[in-house]
Amino acid sequence: MNFDLTNALFGLAGGILIGLSAALLLLANGRIAGISGITGSLIALRLPAAWTESLLFLAGLVAAPALYALIVSPPAINITTSVPVLIAGGVLVGFGSRLGSGCTSGHGVCGMSRLSKRSILATLTFMAVAIIAVTISRNLIAA
Amino acid sequence: MRKLVALLAGLIFGLGLVVSDMINPARVLGFLDLFGGAWDPTLAFVMIGAVLVMAVAWAIASKRDEPVFGGDMPGTASSLVDGRLIGGAAIFGLGWGLVGLCPGPALAGLLVGGTSVCVFIAAMILGMGVQNMARSP
Repeated sequence: MNFDLTNALFGLAGGILIGLSAALLLLANGRIAGISGITGSLIALRLPAAWTESLLFLAGLVAAPALYALIVSPPAINITTSVPVLIAGGVLVGFGSRLGSGCTSGHGVCGMSRLSKRSILATLTFMAVAIIAVTISRNLIAA
Repeated sequence: MRKLVALLAGLIFGLGLVVSDMINPARVLGFLDLFGGAWDPTLAFVMIGAVLVMAVAWAIASKRDEPVFGGDMPGTASSLVDGRLIGGAAIFGLGWGLVGLCPGPALAGLLVGGTSVCVFIAAMILGMGVQNMARSP
């Protein structure tokens, strides 16, 4: 294990910010901060009633790291994945998160925190499959 | 006011992904590589922080009739466990494991993550669109 206290504390702090964002959206607007649900609803043929709110939420999500890069420093984003795998991964993430009605934010954060059986099972499933995928691709194929 | 709240919530969410370093797929893959010998537990701390805060929010929500700026609180969580839920989660998990990006960190990286993130987002939106079309009659 590669435990680093600084990373753990920044992780906890960032997690609290994500929780506060989801809490704000729930208590002020009555909306669930599920990124795949919000994004998917915006590319549907029939736009949801509160589509401007959804668009503004995503605008904030996209703008925050760019503002951080301007004011503090650009965040490191290290990707060594080849383009075909990037495309395959993207399609699977988009298709699967919509089919399963949620991703890490919707099921993982918003659903698990209300002890939803669906969300807990979905989170356990995507965590397990992702761990298996990484284990195979990194340690068996790459080795 | 609702629109301002939505923008603010998006900004805080994006900041959280930067502060926690979840915007970086290498960090996420470090967590998912449970058996590689150098497991990085950061993602677990992110989930703990987010879930604890959100659990408090659900407790507050259960005592309120409606959200501060009107509308309805989300209904009771469905308990239906079916093939769509588990199959969808498994497909999502496979894509997540291949790249280390899920929808939130992918979109957060749109302007700062270079071409790779843009390619991933385009493919992700395609996948969502295909699912949307398969769903509608």
